[in-house]
Amino acid sequence: MGLKIEDITYTYESGTAMSVNALNHITTEIPDGQFIGLIGHTGSGKSTFVQMLNGLLKASSGHIYYNGEDIDGDGYDKKALRANVGLVFQYPENQLFEADVLTDVEFGPKNLGLNESARKARAEKALNLVGLSEKYWKASPFDLSGGQKRRAAIAGVLAMEPKILILDEPTAGLDPRGRDEILGLVRDMKNQLDMTILLVSHSMEDVAEYVDRILVMNAGQIMLDGTPREVFSHVSELEAVGLAAPQMTYIMRDLAAAGLPVRTDCLTVEEAAAEILSHRDAIPAAEKGGSHA
Amino acid sequence: MEIVKTIKLIHDYIVRDEEGNETGKVRAIDGVDLDVAPGQFIAVLGHNGSGKSTLAKHLNALLYPTEGQVILDGFDTTDESHLWDIRQEAGMVFQNPDNQIIGQVVEEDVGFGPENMGVPTKEIWERVEESLKAVGMWEFRKKSPNRLSGGQKQRVSIAGVIAMHPKCIIMDEPTAMLDPSGRHEVIRAARALNQVEHITIILITHYMEEAIYADKVFVMDEGKIALQGTPREVFSQVDRMKELHLDVPQVTLLAHELRKAGLPIPEGILTSRELALALGLQPKETGSAWD
Repeated sequence: MGLKIEDITYTYESGTAMSVNALNHITTEIPDGQFIGLIGHTGSGKSTFVQMLNGLLKASSGHIYYNGEDIDGDGYDKKALRANVGLVFQYPENQLFEADVLTDVEFGPKNLGLNESARKARAEKALNLVGLSEKYWKASPFDLSGGQKRRAAIAGVLAMEPKILILDEPTAGLDPRGRDEILGLVRDMKNQLDMTILLVSHSMEDVAEYVDRILVMNAGQIMLDGTPREVFSHVSELEAVGLAAPQMTYIMRDLAAAGLPVRTDCLTVEEAAAEILSHRDAIPAAEKGGSHA
Repeated sequence: MEIVKTIKLIHDYIVRDEEGNETGKVRAIDGVDLDVAPGQFIAVLGHNGSGKSTLAKHLNALLYPTEGQVILDGFDTTDESHLWDIRQEAGMVFQNPDNQIIGQVVEEDVGFGPENMGVPTKEIWERVEESLKAVGMWEFRKKSPNRLSGGQKQRVSIAGVIAMHPKCIIMDEPTAMLDPSGRHEVIRAARALNQVEHITIILITHYMEEAIYADKVFVMDEGKIALQGTPREVFSQVDRMKELHLDVPQVTLLAHELRKAGLPIPEGILTSRELALALGLQPKETGSAWD
């Protein structure tokens, strides 16, 4: 079933001279099992939107249904919602606070009212999932490296065993390998646990490589919704709202403009290399080199 | 004379237990020799924990060497009598613009540094104007910083540094939190300051694409300089860069893959134009977003 968002709006400081419409009549669905990328320039409403999905913010108007039930309905169990819709904030490592990693990860399950052995089991499972081996469990979270801290923080949300995991820029500030590791981890978790993932990102390359569907936000509305290939074919519209296509798209456009008859909608390096190599005959340097391996 | 020079720089962080007793130390910088000539654009790459930020904080005396020396424009950074000269000559821009902006209005924020230095009021306003114009934010001077985008806020932070009339600006991952156009704005501003105002730029980044404009790239690993050279020299070493937990620009990687598949292309391709030329094509100006 998943989440159904029906005509929601959100106004900050409603009723004052400072009021700002952060969300403007959004209607969409997040069905079970999708890997969705959410992109938009800073201030486009992404963070407001995701905070609404697990009930941290309440819509000024409109409705959100989780598995068919209105999350703002009378008597709706918000605590259960937050266990089912996990939200990993930006720089989640800033929220680590316990004396050791294991206790920190147990905090969420403890709040759900699980007994000691159940929450320990969950924490251990979550830490194994994020690839933090047992030797780190008794360490202070503050002695871990940046990438490890971030994994520990993600484990804290995973230990709640959410059905839907929302990650707000989980790779900000990480080096390229750290970036690949975190995103690879998210993809594995999705496949292993059959989760729904909503990834908020400023990296067009990352969303192009990992997600099945992209939502583009601008001025509190969903401007585009489609597969990466569909969305990234709207290059000029994306640029007009502070975004871009993945770099490969620009590189292929430049090569096409230079006379190589390649498709310009390639999104990743592998795809672009294959496309260029399929036009070997049209590459002057290749003929001179005589290499037709 | 170099604007920035480090000589066998070593920095140890002291690890303490809860009672404050020293229990060990971690060597964050391990014998770094850095020479930066005035007017250069330098990029510093390295994985998380490789020592980049620790190095950066030495350059304007936010941290002091455990061993070795840091010389900024002729001043030893441990010489307290020149502390304010050093801080004024080497400005810092950090990752999160929200932590660096203090003014209620853009122009006040930019004027804060020179005011603190005791610059006369009339000159403060002149500096605010030139600084905001240099980063393309003059038309926003009366706005509240809260109403700006991430890239705009970061450009205001940079203007605040320029208003101090530094010779050198150290940018520690200034684009890490920005969207694509914000990243582009900040890098364009940094390059313009370098080319037009001849301010030395030291850019620390995790975006390999931002390093292709540098005169020289330093790659750090385990507190040491693992690689250095022009962007072409450094990014030619695709496998070595991956070992260092880094990457190369996407176009460089594409060219590398094509080369492996047998096309006669050199390593170290940095732009789509270079790739087109290497393939024997006639590149056209397409006005791509990454020019």
